[in-house]
Amino acid sequence: MLKINNLHASVDDKAILKGINLHVKPGEVHAIMGPNGSGKSTLAAVVAGKEDYEVEEGEILLDGENIDELGPEERAHKGVFLSFQYPVEIPGVSVTNFMKTAINETRKAKGLEDMPANEMLKMIREKSEMLEIDRKFLSRSLNEGFSGGEKKRNEIFQMAMLEPKLAILDETDSGLDIDALRIVANGVNKLKSKDNAVIVITHYQRLLDYIVPDFVHVLHDGKIVKSGPKELAHELEAKGYDWIKEEVGA
Amino acid sequence: MELKEKLVSSFMAFENMVDIDSPVHDIRTEAIKQFEVEGFPTKRQEAWKYTSLNSVLKHDYSVFPKHEEALEFKDVKKYFIHEIDSYKIIFIDGKYSSHLSQTTHDGIDVCLMSAALTKPKYRLVIENYFNKIATKDGLSSLNTAFSAEGAYIHIPKNKLVEKPIQILHFSTGNESALMLQPRNLIVADENSHVQIIERHQSLTDNPVLTNSVTEIFANKRAIVDYYKIQNDRETASLIDNTFINQKRESIAKVHTFSFGGKLTRNNLNFFQNGERLDSTMKGITIIGNKQHVDHNTLVHHIEPNCESHQDYKGIFDDSATGVFNGKVIVEKEAQKTNAFQANNNILISDKASINTKPQLEIFADDVKCSHGCTIGQLDESAMFYLRSRGIPEKEARALLMFAFSNNVLDSVKIPEIKNRITKIIAQKLGVNIGFDL
Repeated sequence: MLKINNLHASVDDKAILKGINLHVKPGEVHAIMGPNGSGKSTLAAVVAGKEDYEVEEGEILLDGENIDELGPEERAHKGVFLSFQYPVEIPGVSVTNFMKTAINETRKAKGLEDMPANEMLKMIREKSEMLEIDRKFLSRSLNEGFSGGEKKRNEIFQMAMLEPKLAILDETDSGLDIDALRIVANGVNKLKSKDNAVIVITHYQRLLDYIVPDFVHVLHDGKIVKSGPKELAHELEAKGYDWIKEEVGA
Repeated sequence: MELKEKLVSSFMAFENMVDIDSPVHDIRTEAIKQFEVEGFPTKRQEAWKYTSLNSVLKHDYSVFPKHEEALEFKDVKKYFIHEIDSYKIIFIDGKYSSHLSQTTHDGIDVCLMSAALTKPKYRLVIENYFNKIATKDGLSSLNTAFSAEGAYIHIPKNKLVEKPIQILHFSTGNESALMLQPRNLIVADENSHVQIIERHQSLTDNPVLTNSVTEIFANKRAIVDYYKIQNDRETASLIDNTFINQKRESIAKVHTFSFGGKLTRNNLNFFQNGERLDSTMKGITIIGNKQHVDHNTLVHHIEPNCESHQDYKGIFDDSATGVFNGKVIVEKEAQKTNAFQANNNILISDKASINTKPQLEIFADDVKCSHGCTIGQLDESAMFYLRSRGIPEKEARALLMFAFSNNVLDSVKIPEIKNRITKIIAQKLGVNIGFDL
């Protein structure tokens, strides 16, 4: 589904990603771990199409198609979803109106009619219940004054509404207490199928107890320096990242 | 001949059309003299530093339209808030159109200035209110000199007017260039309530310059809710001079929506002559090309325990230019004044510009006065966020711009106006998305 080959990316002439290779097949869950500043969030943003980053080399293929030149909205239309580490507050746009616009613009791009209002409402009700989101919350301005946990839950709610093919969760666990973490992870697990894939970016193994990865990759200084099965996450949790750095340095 | 000379010499011809023996005519005669002295404002004047009238004054305007043009309602329906029942006072090239209008004398007077200025039954109101608060600057004086037609609205004590009143001025372009001087008088007596919608609309691309004066009196506990919809063609210019005199415990609100026209200057003046009253002025400006919109507001706090709220949002694209000049005067006697002013702007293009200038003159020592102005661009991280959810760039930008300006709509009491403004904004931003919910 997603093939990243030798990806180099920079921001303001500063190289951040220095040759990433990553293959994700439908039905798989990949975890990307690594210390601060290793390039995890950059990788997520580059795949989602953030224009601040310059792709210097390599390619990102989605279902065999190079998506390098596509804008973020076109990638979204093809099924890419990024759950933001820091969701942006947008005063004046309600969660519901935002979702309605996002869904209908995506449908428009696919040549479909707007989703009928009653269908939309039903879907909003179902998905918000799944994530235990209060209905009142949906008429509030997007992320404005939301707690950290509410913001993250709202990200997964959007993911549930948009039903992406490839979901990238960028530190979705940060700022979540254990109950919220469980709700969010349950939501993600319910959305998982043999046809879609999830990339979980995290510092800690905690979230991976709930969203169990098929593969764990360690990112260090813009490169994936180690890949392994889910047990690698436990090892990282126990031993920290220094041994990896030493191993790479050696 | 220069426009000023032409106007002064036209005054004699104008005198043939009005009753020169009426007391009102003495006021006109004084006013034309005043205009002769003052002339048109220039950029040398502080209040006109950022707005030049040169480009709109260069046309050879006709002051007296030659004949009346009939318009069919179906052809101009879209300029009305037609979804609701309303009183209508409609003018075509400055002349009253009885065909399109719906006036009344049933408990309230919603009719014509020409009638009010000439008929004895209105004499007392005219004596008490006409030209009592309009300032003596060149433009207002020019209007006063040629004041003959416009809307006359008088709401007696305790009367709540259920239907809004729409004042529409159409210009047909029959004259190659037309200058209009509409004159409105609105008197809301004690404890009355009235809603008014005003719009100026040119129907062709011939140049039009409207120099309008509106005097509004909100007497004790009256509520006046006024909406100005400015979405004219790019050949039409408007100088709107509005003066509001408030008595104690009255509430006056003016919303100004500026989306079109070549040059628009809003001189909006509030005089607070009473205690515990509330003045609100809010506006949304969204313009592009070479359009120019200038909001020049004045709130004169004269008595204690009063409030004023100003909130203007502006979005400027292409080479559009904007001005906000908000003057607040708090007199020594006006203790416990609460005056709030905000002006927030977004510049979409590198060539667009805005000059924003708060001007606070505070002579009282126990007051709360705040002001803030911002000029910025659209938030790029918000753009990426919206686009990453599948909302295309243009729509994302429109959504953010709407979100930026829509709190101004919170205080709009007529839902049909809110809907109309929302639609105009969507149209203006070139998108087809609903901003509602």
